[in-house]
Amino acid sequence: MIEVLHPGIYCSIQDHGRFGYAKMGIPQAGYMDTYAAKMANALLKNHERAALIEITFGQGKFKFISDTYICITGGDFSPKINEKLIKMQSVYPIKKDSVLSFGKRVYGARVYLSVYGGIRTESVYGSKSYFKGITQQTLVKGDMLPILPIQENTENSFSRVRVSEKHFRTMYLPCIKGPEFSKLNKEQQLRLFAPFTVSDHNNRVGYRLKECLENNLPSILTSAVMPGTVQLTPSGKCIILLQDCQVTGGYSRILQLSETAIARISQKISGDKIQFRLEENL
Amino acid sequence: MKFQLTYKLFGRSAVLVEWPATISKDIIQDIISFDRQVKKIASVLDTIIAYNSLLIRYQNLIGDNDVIISQLKNIYAASSHLMKEDQFLWQIPVCYHPSFGIDLEEIANKKKCSEADIVRLHTEGDYLVYFIGFQPGFLYLGGLHQNLHVPRKSNPRIRVDAGSVGIGGSQTGIYPQNSSGGWNIIGKSPLNFFNMKASNPCFAKPGDCIQFVAVDLHTFYQIEKEVANQKFKIKKSLL
Repeated sequence: MIEVLHPGIYCSIQDHGRFGYAKMGIPQAGYMDTYAAKMANALLKNHERAALIEITFGQGKFKFISDTYICITGGDFSPKINEKLIKMQSVYPIKKDSVLSFGKRVYGARVYLSVYGGIRTESVYGSKSYFKGITQQTLVKGDMLPILPIQENTENSFSRVRVSEKHFRTMYLPCIKGPEFSKLNKEQQLRLFAPFTVSDHNNRVGYRLKECLENNLPSILTSAVMPGTVQLTPSGKCIILLQDCQVTGGYSRILQLSETAIARISQKISGDKIQFRLEENL
Repeated sequence: MKFQLTYKLFGRSAVLVEWPATISKDIIQDIISFDRQVKKIASVLDTIIAYNSLLIRYQNLIGDNDVIISQLKNIYAASSHLMKEDQFLWQIPVCYHPSFGIDLEEIANKKKCSEADIVRLHTEGDYLVYFIGFQPGFLYLGGLHQNLHVPRKSNPRIRVDAGSVGIGGSQTGIYPQNSSGGWNIIGKSPLNFFNMKASNPCFAKPGDCIQFVAVDLHTFYQIEKEVANQKFKIKKSLL
């Protein structure tokens, strides 16, 4: 078990997400930074879809009630075991009663805590990912999260990898044209590929950008959207939809981010600069 | 009836199929039957139905989009409406008492009619379920009487109760969960539109129809109790 001593501002259990239920209006959800989450699972030799804890801004405190192995990836918020700094992207054996906490932000926005065998909370509609109305929305103080006991012969390689610095530092978001891209005029297209600033309105549903694009597009009949869809609102603001977004929307869909780009934006914070970069359409 | 469809790559692992941009019963029925065929493709991860579009999401990145799109075109050309899934007309009890229908009076004033007229118009017709989106269990309904079209509130409410029945522009619908909302609230249904305890959390599906049936306060609370005990059976008939 892992006990949640402090739930921070937004900690949730996430796996690869919920698929096959869009027809009921159930969003995909799932880990935001696929790159970091998959790395954490890979280092522990977990299944890549194993559930882990997504910790926003490194705010949260956890106590391990049993022995296990852990790995921390994603944003670097100076993780500590029993107040002693530990390394990112490294597998650590953890003794019962140890406490994981965080300190100063070095980079990023979302931290992933993976444990040996994954977090074993209940699966709802094929996924353990938290989403309000389907599961609880966030972790709360006192939550006890089941984990696998380690076996006598549990081997781990204590492997460690170097994280791609580019993942956290780059402002470029590779994307392809969205269904309504061709309705933009030359000037709008030009502006779209200049830098933008991440606004204060950013969460698991989406990131709003500060700068405006002149928008004269007619609204569309409500149609499908998915994580990574960039919508242009009537006021000219761009919204990058992310994992917890609705399944349909009525704004023009001007771009679609690649999986890499979604992982990158989810490590950005208010004030960070981003720039869309068109990959060649297939 | 076959439509002229367009096929667009949407991201690296999805195809958006679009029908003519109008809201029509024929189009949504065509989308529903195409969706049933497409779901049989093993590599399809999920699909999203909307008024005039079907998004087909694949498990993996699409290697050759020409191959994928011609596969879809062949399925569409070969599909027929004969193998239709059963579609139902559901009777949805709604209490239009002023304690629930908090915007009824305002709408009646705007429309220069009585509150009873609004209730009569709202319960008169059948509404087609086009698709489900916005929130788990939120039905996009078509068929609201023209005289009931009312613009959304300029200041959305911070909290609208689950079950609230509202009108927003030319649309009517039921809030499946407590949430903020900008629609004009005219009543409340005691039913649960997204029931996690049921084997099928969302009873209605695209292509079904619903009918609002006015009930008084007493009946509302009685049904609410039965719903809580999982004893209430929603009346339905085959379309």
